[in-house]
Amino acid sequence: MKRPLRVYAILYLCFLYAPIALLPVFAFNDGTVIAFPLKGFTWDWFRQLAGIPALHAAVLNSLKIAVISAILATCLGVLAARAATRFAFPGKKGVMGLIMLPLVLPEIIVAVSLLVVLLQLGLSLGAWTVILGHVLIATPFAIAILNSAFQGLDRSLEEVAVDLGETKWSSFRLVTLPLVMPGIISSLLIAFTISLDEFIIAFFLTGTEPTLPVYLWGQMRFPQRLPVIMALGTILVLASVLLLAIAEYARRRGAARTGQKEAGGFL
Amino acid sequence: MKDTRTEARPIISLEGVEKYYGDYHALRGISAGIRQGEFFSLLGPSGCGKTTLLRTIAGFEDLSAGRLFIDGQDMAGVPANRRPTNMVFQSYAIFPHLSVAENVGFGLRRSGLSRADKAAKVEVALAMVGLAGFGGRAAHALSGGQRQRVALARALILEPKVLLLDEPLSALDKKMRDQMQVELRRLQRQVGITFILVTHDQEEALIMSDRIAVMFEGRIAQLDTPQMLYRRPVTRQVGEFIGVMNFLPARATVTDETHIEVDVAGLGRAVIGPDQLPGGWHPGQTQSVGIRPETMSILFPGETTDRRVATGVVEDLAYYGDMTYYEVRLEGVERPMTISMKNLVGRPVLERGTEARVAWDARSLVLFA
Repeated sequence: MKRPLRVYAILYLCFLYAPIALLPVFAFNDGTVIAFPLKGFTWDWFRQLAGIPALHAAVLNSLKIAVISAILATCLGVLAARAATRFAFPGKKGVMGLIMLPLVLPEIIVAVSLLVVLLQLGLSLGAWTVILGHVLIATPFAIAILNSAFQGLDRSLEEVAVDLGETKWSSFRLVTLPLVMPGIISSLLIAFTISLDEFIIAFFLTGTEPTLPVYLWGQMRFPQRLPVIMALGTILVLASVLLLAIAEYARRRGAARTGQKEAGGFL
Repeated sequence: MKDTRTEARPIISLEGVEKYYGDYHALRGISAGIRQGEFFSLLGPSGCGKTTLLRTIAGFEDLSAGRLFIDGQDMAGVPANRRPTNMVFQSYAIFPHLSVAENVGFGLRRSGLSRADKAAKVEVALAMVGLAGFGGRAAHALSGGQRQRVALARALILEPKVLLLDEPLSALDKKMRDQMQVELRRLQRQVGITFILVTHDQEEALIMSDRIAVMFEGRIAQLDTPQMLYRRPVTRQVGEFIGVMNFLPARATVTDETHIEVDVAGLGRAVIGPDQLPGGWHPGQTQSVGIRPETMSILFPGETTDRRVATGVVEDLAYYGDMTYYEVRLEGVERPMTISMKNLVGRPVLERGTEARVAWDARSLVLFA
């Protein structure tokens, strides 16, 4: 019984990661065609990345959108998670359910409906509309992470601070904030990663300045540029993994510091 | 209930305090005076409103009606951070991201003291609770008993007029709890601050308190010294909640201003004095009397006494080592009575089914209205 399960697990992981593993393989392959057999080793594709101004603009645009989206989603997440873990109010379950819904809603639906609404309102598309969409899909992730940070917190902690002379706000700042900070960092990093990688919403809502994934999609029309995209993809994968690892490290360290038991999380 | 204000200056006065949570009536007309420097306990089963009352005094809950004075000042509109009270929470709520010294010194942040003065105060507070030299430790590495001491030091460092303790011993194991009961009492005498303790443990309340308010369903049923509460509970409910009490049906037969004659089922007629009617007595009504297990004794064959004697049969017994608790069914009484006996040298433990002569005193009867 054990052996077939192990084989299944290995096959499953291969299926998940083989395509991603191919990225660096072809990024360093000295040939314009994406096919085996491999030719020689080259840094050329990475070097070429440096010489494409449109790409640089797309990267900057994406970074700007990802940073702002991450901050907004995390702020909203802090408010929602604190409310959800501290207070009981009528319709709480329904409200929280609706906030978390974009987590499972098809992105294409969200993107199309956002586009329709924005056009109806007569707003022009641009970085801000993409940020709007990204905040919408990143906020549920932020809430999920921050919920676990707030849940482990003894409610009496803030009351003790108030009892010892602090105001409600300074108690939050002196006690709650340091204790949930690892959760906040984790939320920022994950929301940033989500926004950076996101394609569908950006594709619909971006104006004349494409984000990185949208730019990449446009480049797919030119087969000779594929190896460059592979090189770029390699960098993106490494960056994403690094960010998520830092996020998870921050979350676990926070859990350990407040003496909580391991309470899930995304990784 | 005596009016406490005439005896000593009350540090806390509660006047007709009411608290509603929506439709739920948590506190119902609480009026009481808590004296300067006393160890006061709020005792009752869970849900009786004792913690709500404590949190009301601390300023974490608003009053729905009534008034609260601390040291003569009306606390209406005074938030928790500006009240001269400090609280030890049930969970202790030690700040996990701060060291022991930072925890204890937290309240001094706004004191304007120099760094050295603060450190000195923290050291004094730590020494007071027996944790001298622990300042540098990380808070999350402490044991349960140590956390409790840190919480105490942290609350006492601001020298509050009243220290509020919300079930501070319930998370400790039995041995630790016994030790902390003694230490808390000693600490209270040492600092001279009024302590208000919330507890559901009647033994704990009896051991530690100068006075106890017994609460049921949002009301104070009786406010008295531990001895008076135990010996003269005003209602059956109080008598049942504190210690063990036997109840027997009784009927008043003759009443005048100096004495009452009652006919007690299983025991017979007895004449009792007015001090045995704490709850007030309406003659003629069918009532019950209470009697504590240790005020009765089982006579052994050949033993004589000048006390009153009733007869019954030992139905069951529980041997505790130092004590034996007998369940004795008296003639003409439905429920067996609990009688506790010290296991003295040469006194055999009776077996089930043995006939027993029970000696009792009319003075130990408590009559309930």
